[in-house]
Amino acid sequence: MAETKVSAAEREPEAQPAPPGERGKRSLRELFRSAEVDTRLLGMLAALAIIWILFQIITPNHTFLTPRNMWNLSVQTAVVAIMATGMVLIIVTRNIDLSVGAVMAAVGMAMAIVQHDWLPEWIGLDHPLTWVITVAVGLVLGAAIGAFQGTIVAYVGVPSFIVTLGGFLVWRGVAWWMASGQTIAPMDTLFRKLGGGSTGTVGGTWSWILGIAACAGIVMLQFSKRRQRNRYGFRQRPMWAEVTIAVIGCGAVLLLVGFLNRYYLPPALAAQAGKAGQNISLGLAYPVLIAIGVGIVMTFIATRRRFGRSVYAIGGNPEAAELAGIKTRRTIVRTFTLMGLLVGLAAAVQIARLNAAVSSLGTGMELNVIAAAVIGGTSFAGGVGTIVGALLGALIMQSLVSGMVLLGIEAPLQDIVVGIVLVLAVTLDTIFRRRAAR
Amino acid sequence: MTDRSGRPLAELRDIRVAFGGVHAVQDVTVDLYPGEVVGLVGGNGAGKTTLIRTLSGAHPADSGQILIDGEPVTISHPRDAKALGVETIYQNLALADNIDAPGNVFLGRELTTRFGNLDDSAMEDATRKLMGRLNPKFQNFVVPVASLSGGQRQSVAIARAVHFNARILIMDEPTAALGPAETRQVGDLIKQLREEGLGIFLISHDIHDVYDLSDRISVMLQGKLVGTVNKTDVTTDEVLAMIILGKLPGEVTQKDLAELH
Repeated sequence: MAETKVSAAEREPEAQPAPPGERGKRSLRELFRSAEVDTRLLGMLAALAIIWILFQIITPNHTFLTPRNMWNLSVQTAVVAIMATGMVLIIVTRNIDLSVGAVMAAVGMAMAIVQHDWLPEWIGLDHPLTWVITVAVGLVLGAAIGAFQGTIVAYVGVPSFIVTLGGFLVWRGVAWWMASGQTIAPMDTLFRKLGGGSTGTVGGTWSWILGIAACAGIVMLQFSKRRQRNRYGFRQRPMWAEVTIAVIGCGAVLLLVGFLNRYYLPPALAAQAGKAGQNISLGLAYPVLIAIGVGIVMTFIATRRRFGRSVYAIGGNPEAAELAGIKTRRTIVRTFTLMGLLVGLAAAVQIARLNAAVSSLGTGMELNVIAAAVIGGTSFAGGVGTIVGALLGALIMQSLVSGMVLLGIEAPLQDIVVGIVLVLAVTLDTIFRRRAAR
Repeated sequence: MTDRSGRPLAELRDIRVAFGGVHAVQDVTVDLYPGEVVGLVGGNGAGKTTLIRTLSGAHPADSGQILIDGEPVTISHPRDAKALGVETIYQNLALADNIDAPGNVFLGRELTTRFGNLDDSAMEDATRKLMGRLNPKFQNFVVPVASLSGGQRQSVAIARAVHFNARILIMDEPTAALGPAETRQVGDLIKQLREEGLGIFLISHDIHDVYDLSDRISVMLQGKLVGTVNKTDVTTDEVLAMIILGKLPGEVTQKDLAELH
């Protein structure tokens, strides 16, 4: 009797009577809320952990959670992850970009031609600036294509689905046309580092340094947030929560670095480098560092800049954004420009990885990018989605593919599983969100 | 009573707005003085909201003139109106549901640090102070406004309008979604803002909503202005006759008035 009284007092006036056991759940939710932990993010991390552990158990010889596989997984995820961060902002404003795979091909082709055919004539072969110029060309071209498509969407008013569906066809054709369908290879030596591979890594020592820097970053962010809140005397996150988050965050970063650092250069290559019989850590690959860097910058843009606030406002209520004085069209063009820029960056990583540019580059990748954003909690209704969610979404998708490859599952069945997971993830999210709104 | 000997704060002259072939507003002229509340009433589709949207910049007029402080101005975007001190509380509130209250109050006019980053703490602090004045019970500063009640959402929309030192306030059906207590609260706020010298256009389809608060009442019917009357000179029934029959108090007969009920 006494217990029902307490639970009744705890309820909000309009809430339904709680079934037994609901109280425990509620207090857990309140615990998370006071610690200001994003429960959706936590759910995604849990899903990722379950997938990893499951694959570790069922793969022959338990090869999933090995440094080698995780290192490969990290590199394989990078390209989609880079583009997924841009796709979040596009979808948040209730638009879509179906052209990213084709734009990647066109921009990749252009970059390959520049460094393979043009630059050797101008500045000579193997010039140290070759990779810089190539990447710059890719970024500018990608941004220009994005700005062009975005302008048609925002200022002419053609639905983005149509504009980028057109782009999907056009840029693929352009990519073929640029070299009459030929493959362009090989790439510049320095440029190839962008793609990872055995030379494209920072090594064990630098990986530790970066890991420790990331830890310092986490703690500094927490301090600066506390200081800012102190200035106005706002409620603070409880100290136990701060410490827990710092410990878990730093622990996870260092654990991951340590784990990946146990992936060593193959003995034959080590012998070539004159260090036969030694364990030489490859360390974090450049594409992974690029993806993490992009994730940090894009999170900053999305949450700390006026541009990001405008993007979310447009997604939440386009008319309200316009009436509030936001330059909505310019904002839309900028989201597409940013997307194009990221496609240019991803194209550089991709052709560096393949050590070649082909006109079929990035075929079907637009769907992976969109799926990563959506699995990461981005809503097609607009206004909802996070960058870190999209990164996790890309990692979840790639983990599934990686695990199934280890299991020897054929490609068509892989597609079936990924498709089911996509729909399942959004279904669960929809159900949880509806329940939270009630 | 309001002093109307000086220059009007805002004048809308011969405003015309057409949608396709439909004349939503035809040659309407209204004005507003400092420290005055003008009730703009009429049935559904009378053109009140369309008229006032030309002043708030949401939809420019096809022809006609807008004067602020006696000076002709061009208002082609909400930004223009805000720059002139015209703030609007729209009937649907125009809130971004996915963003919290401080984010909505400062939408499009965010406070930033010296590096140009959003200063969320400063915005929350300002919003807390604002709400302390407008609606002390309001405490939900960190949840998206979608999860707030109608009255709380209304408070957010009002806070946004009054924070930026508006001189002219447009309120479109401000109490339509509110309960009696909240309606009274909005009424008190309107009186307070009038004391501070703001000019307020109060739009409603129901004369009873605005009669007590208004100094003057302008009535529209089918896109045209029926007339503008001093509240003290008319009864609610006479205004009702203007709204429904389009007849001024002088023209209306006892029989007309009787038929209204």
